[in-house]
Amino acid sequence: MMLSHVSSELRPVVEELTRRFHGRLGTCVAPRSNEIYFHAPLDLVSGCCAHLYRNWNARLVTVFADDARAEAGVFHLYYVLALDAAHGFLILRAPVPPETPEFPSLANAFPGVNWQEREVQDLFGLKLIGHPNPRRCALHDDWPEVYPLRKDFDLKTVLPPFQGERHKFRKVEGEGVFQVPVGPVHAGIIEPGHFLFSVAGEPVLYLQLRLFYVHKGTEKLFEHLPIAHGVRLAESISGDSSFAHATAFCHAVERAAGVDAPPRGRVLRSVCLELERLHNHIADIGAICTDVAFVTANMHALRLKEKILRVNEHLTGNRLLRGQACLGGVRFDWDASQLKVLAGLVAELRPEFAALVQLVERSSSTLDRLQTTGILKPGVARDLGVVGIAGRASGFDHDLRRDFPHAAYDQVKVKVPVYQAGDVRHRLRVRVDEVRESLSLIEQFIAKLPGGPVHAAVGEVPADRAALGYVEGWRGEIFHWIRTAPDNRLARCKIKDPSLQNWPALSEAILGNIVPDFPVVNKSFNLSYSGTDR
Amino acid sequence: MLGILGKSLSTGIVTTSYPATPPDVSAHVRGRPEIDWANWKDARPAAAICPTGAIAYQDAKGQRVARLDLAQCVFCGLCADVDPAIRMTHDCECAARRRADLVAAAGYRLKPDGTHERLTSPPAGTPACRGEASAAPPPSVEALGRQIKRRAGRIFGRSLHIREVDAGSCNGCEIEIVGLNGPVYDVERFGIHFVASPRHADLLLVTGPVTRNMELALKKTYDATPAPRLVLAVGACGCSGGIFGVNYATRGAVDTVIPVDVYIPGCPPNPYALLHGILTAIGRLRPEHGC
Repeated sequence: MMLSHVSSELRPVVEELTRRFHGRLGTCVAPRSNEIYFHAPLDLVSGCCAHLYRNWNARLVTVFADDARAEAGVFHLYYVLALDAAHGFLILRAPVPPETPEFPSLANAFPGVNWQEREVQDLFGLKLIGHPNPRRCALHDDWPEVYPLRKDFDLKTVLPPFQGERHKFRKVEGEGVFQVPVGPVHAGIIEPGHFLFSVAGEPVLYLQLRLFYVHKGTEKLFEHLPIAHGVRLAESISGDSSFAHATAFCHAVERAAGVDAPPRGRVLRSVCLELERLHNHIADIGAICTDVAFVTANMHALRLKEKILRVNEHLTGNRLLRGQACLGGVRFDWDASQLKVLAGLVAELRPEFAALVQLVERSSSTLDRLQTTGILKPGVARDLGVVGIAGRASGFDHDLRRDFPHAAYDQVKVKVPVYQAGDVRHRLRVRVDEVRESLSLIEQFIAKLPGGPVHAAVGEVPADRAALGYVEGWRGEIFHWIRTAPDNRLARCKIKDPSLQNWPALSEAILGNIVPDFPVVNKSFNLSYSGTDR
Repeated sequence: MLGILGKSLSTGIVTTSYPATPPDVSAHVRGRPEIDWANWKDARPAAAICPTGAIAYQDAKGQRVARLDLAQCVFCGLCADVDPAIRMTHDCECAARRRADLVAAAGYRLKPDGTHERLTSPPAGTPACRGEASAAPPPSVEALGRQIKRRAGRIFGRSLHIREVDAGSCNGCEIEIVGLNGPVYDVERFGIHFVASPRHADLLLVTGPVTRNMELALKKTYDATPAPRLVLAVGACGCSGGIFGVNYATRGAVDTVIPVDVYIPGCPPNPYALLHGILTAIGRLRPEHGC
């Protein structure tokens, strides 16, 4: 294999891994300098992942399957490992023969892949061996025996109406223990999901989550759309991350096609990502205050969010930045007057946001509710692979903008706030720090905005290419992995929203807290149901 | 405490006076697309680039029927990029009481090269061809505002209660619905409140293509809402299934599961569009609801 294609930082890892598993690791392919594939046998995956975790501090960021029976006669399992320090991804690809459709679980060693492995089992019909909790996850219990992501399953299959039990919850028993079921239709204006609290008195003993109520067959749908339409579908994976998801998708397609966005397009991409971060973070800060009855702060937060959404509309024609993402860069360039409006927003937000933060910081009754509430310990966060805001509030020093610079983040120095306390207060604090950093980044980007076009032509994307796209969205890291098919279509699109990674952490953070604090703990994570369920 | 008061006083009033004044939107906003039906030469490029099938055509016997369905439209504007006969307006007040009112269509004579010419049947339907059709103009928002006072006063005692139900949305619609409770749009100035239970609700605001996993929950929520009740389908997905359509996991439009009184197009509809839809809904209650 040609090591010259591998980035100098990844090369030692690849060399050491090849030596360690001499002759057994299979072919190594390096389609891009920071994205290296090993075609490994299935029985080597567990050892390989453990080795990379122990020796190279690799994170197993996603596990997924691909039905390649037509092309290769097997299912492929993919294990994507991020090496933050080496700024690269190692991806293990392991075949699963259709005659023995099963695979060994890594969830005991890597609890963070618990749900993702079960999703593979549900959607592909590959049986998990040795999983600590192999119950259904992506499909509810009352679904018939179907495997939607297999190629021989038709997208338009009409399934019978569902009835019966959606999920067999575990029993929690004992004197004075009772269950509090909540959802799927919640009291607030939020997405649907079912929570089952087991409580003894006020404190929560155990929280079970039943999600995937808004499963929309999105990954399957990608396989039936032209790639260009996929950009619009990607905007609808999680509305609060419309631009981040669409850009992660475009990034994957551009990498598959070998096209780079032009400099101006990359900078505008970064600015849009920061605008998305701003409106979500500010809305969350307000919503956290509402959940502890400080409604005035939320009204100010909503007022500021509205200012940002209006500027989004002025810059891109849509308040959620929809329609702005496009293959090869961004769709709309901004003229001097639009840039002036953007600069005006930053100038206006600085004092306004400082005043909002002051309002919260000076409210001792608010802080009292936030401090030591919903603690996610750093060790637990690390084990569960918690990413984004929640990860950084629990000691995980990581941000794709800094560690895997995409868009125009290679031109700036991104300051990443990291705290150890892991409570609601610090998830709020991470947001406050990141809002300030976003304002500063937007200013830096406008100051050195290069000229030229905002998007490059992508043209026909060659078939059977695999590529990983990544973006640090406001909530955390987003991955889109694609395998292309002929005629500008996709054979597979795997979407990894940070919410999928972080939901299990909510069950840990709520333990020992009282049920009335659940809304504020939940809001401090603010995970996307749609991004998880797809 | 004084700091909080001081902040409120120094901020002043930020609430829009809509619907007394028109929506305050940017000059760059993409509202509903408008087709110059008389001069439209070819429906194919726009239909090919439309991600949701909102623009579509059918050819038969030398004739072409081309249509625009606002319920499916995500207002992306890609059609206007490729077709000079289509332009994106700033109009976001598109709510309609009937699904069919969101569809506009026209017939053309088909040319051998695949383009079309000369209208054979005049454009029909609103509002996409409102400018040319002779249909009566829709009631102005001011008139709707007067209606809301009258109807809401009579039926809901000036206090309309809304229960929001996400039946499968991407959460984009929720972001805008939350905005209605903020200081800028402040839906409470109409005596309208969002409530926590369908038992307390007069109106269900339903988003999303209805997923198979939410179908039962939506039906139960509807059944739990006491009559008289109204249902609003919100966004392209709620109105038509949107880009997701109907598949193994979704049932598509809200009206495939429960009856819908008003459709609010958009992706997502902005708060003005939502207000317009809610005001439209209160202007009318169907007889079978006992009013």
